[in-house]
Amino acid sequence: MNRAGSVDFSLWGAFRCIVARDLTLAMRRRADVLTTLFFFVIVVSLFPLGIGPEMATLRIMAPGVVWVAALLASMLSLERMFSADYRDGTLEQMLLTPQPLPVLVLGKVFAHWLVSGLPLVLIAPLLGVQYDLPPEGLLILAVSLLVGTPVLSLIGAIGAGLTLGVRGGGVLVSLLVLPLYIPVLIFGAGGVDAAMSGLGAQAHLSLLGAFLLGALILAPWAAGAALRISME
Amino acid sequence: MPKINWFKYSSPQAFYPLIGKMIPWFTVLAVAFTLPGLYFGFFVAPPDYQQGESYRIMFIHVPAAWMSMFIYVVMAGYAGMGLVLNSRLSSMMASALAPTGAMFTFLALWTGALWGKPMWGTWWVWDARLTSELILLFLYIGFLSLQAAIDEPRRAARASAVLALVGVVNIPIIYFSVKWWNTLHQGASITVTKAPTMAASMFTAMILLTFAFWMYTIAVALMRVRCEILERERNSEWVAQAVGRSR
Amino acid sequence: MSNWSSLSEFLAMGGYAPFVWGSYGVTALCMVVEVVLLLRRKRTLLQRLSRTNRVTAEVSKSNEVQT
Repeated sequence: MNRAGSVDFSLWGAFRCIVARDLTLAMRRRADVLTTLFFFVIVVSLFPLGIGPEMATLRIMAPGVVWVAALLASMLSLERMFSADYRDGTLEQMLLTPQPLPVLVLGKVFAHWLVSGLPLVLIAPLLGVQYDLPPEGLLILAVSLLVGTPVLSLIGAIGAGLTLGVRGGGVLVSLLVLPLYIPVLIFGAGGVDAAMSGLGAQAHLSLLGAFLLGALILAPWAAGAALRISME
Repeated sequence: MPKINWFKYSSPQAFYPLIGKMIPWFTVLAVAFTLPGLYFGFFVAPPDYQQGESYRIMFIHVPAAWMSMFIYVVMAGYAGMGLVLNSRLSSMMASALAPTGAMFTFLALWTGALWGKPMWGTWWVWDARLTSELILLFLYIGFLSLQAAIDEPRRAARASAVLALVGVVNIPIIYFSVKWWNTLHQGASITVTKAPTMAASMFTAMILLTFAFWMYTIAVALMRVRCEILERERNSEWVAQAVGRSR
Repeated sequence: MSNWSSLSEFLAMGGYAPFVWGSYGVTALCMVVEVVLLLRRKRTLLQRLSRTNRVTAEVSKSNEVQT
């Protein structure tokens, strides 16, 4: 929305409007955002307590641990993506708007990622230091999360749409979505491994980028279809 | 040649009596493939010079693994058809295939473990094929639990159809990434022995049992569809008549 | 019987009996259980449906008598 009275009806305008709205709502409930972040931090910090403090072991495990924790954290926050709008009827209005649903879904996913994915990317290097990762490992960890977490949000949107209003939806969504996260996990953690062993992470990062493009094209449509089915 | 109107059979009412006639045929076919398959597998195929008798597990392991993947693709095809053409029967076929597909996935893992213990010395290795099979089982579980969680049959069918289509797009990507991951970590895993060069009799046994599993799947899926039709259409006039007749 | 000279040799499977019979046994068990469950599901379903049929028929008949 530009100014009062002049509403931007273009696709870009609709996208921006959804993002701005969702960000405003998220800022009013900051505790939700912090919960995901703290979950991530706590899970990553639990592993050394379970495994033991030998730095050599921890260094090997670090990429996998951080990535699995990121998967779980982004999965936990999925339920929030549509459920509030579903409960207060906003979602129904959204399905009735003339703007194509995939664009609106994309807006919601982007806002969701800004709130729940980006903080993970920013704090991950700090957690990597706990595991004594070398600088190039820390860099690739952050970059791989930067490219990979949007894919998680995009795929997760499909699961969140399908389980909308279903009893036990929170646990169910993990069953649906986690198997689909596996390629992202493999190449995300693998990239950090490769960078640390001096092989270079370019191939991994390119493939993650390819996943992101594919998910950007396909996931909003699938999530839109899922929302329509759930709202019927 | 008389022209058959195939679309007639896309309605549950017209299909129901046809199912009743088809199930015995596919049951007979399944048995007819199983018996020679087992005969070839146990009595004609010679023992493998490396693996001894334990390789006879392959005669059901490989067909089960093939069927588990094949059923997922067919299921996604039916689910997509049900979604696009809005035909109830296709959705019912999709949901009828899922439990059998999951069963074959489990059997592929189970027989794989029992074959791996004497051959590799461990029940489980993180080999690319085994890992992909495990992920396939997870995909089946997701499909089944989504369907079970939604009470309204139409929404359940459509939602799980979307999931099946997303899954079928993802399967090649998952398989490729697992394979990549496996070759990268080659040092940690046990190198998998290649399948032995197969004698013709071994191949025959494997193919016969594959067809047996296939026919079994069709028979069981049709049985399940029949129950499904009766459950969903229990208030209609024709079901009342059909039940009266079969009594 | 080209491979086995006796039944006990056949059952021993060259020392791999638990693995071979474990595989075949569980496969057969899964299939049999699936078929039995489906047959039972169909039988209970038909019984329930015919019962409701009978009840609705009786109810409509008694309604006719009363009116």
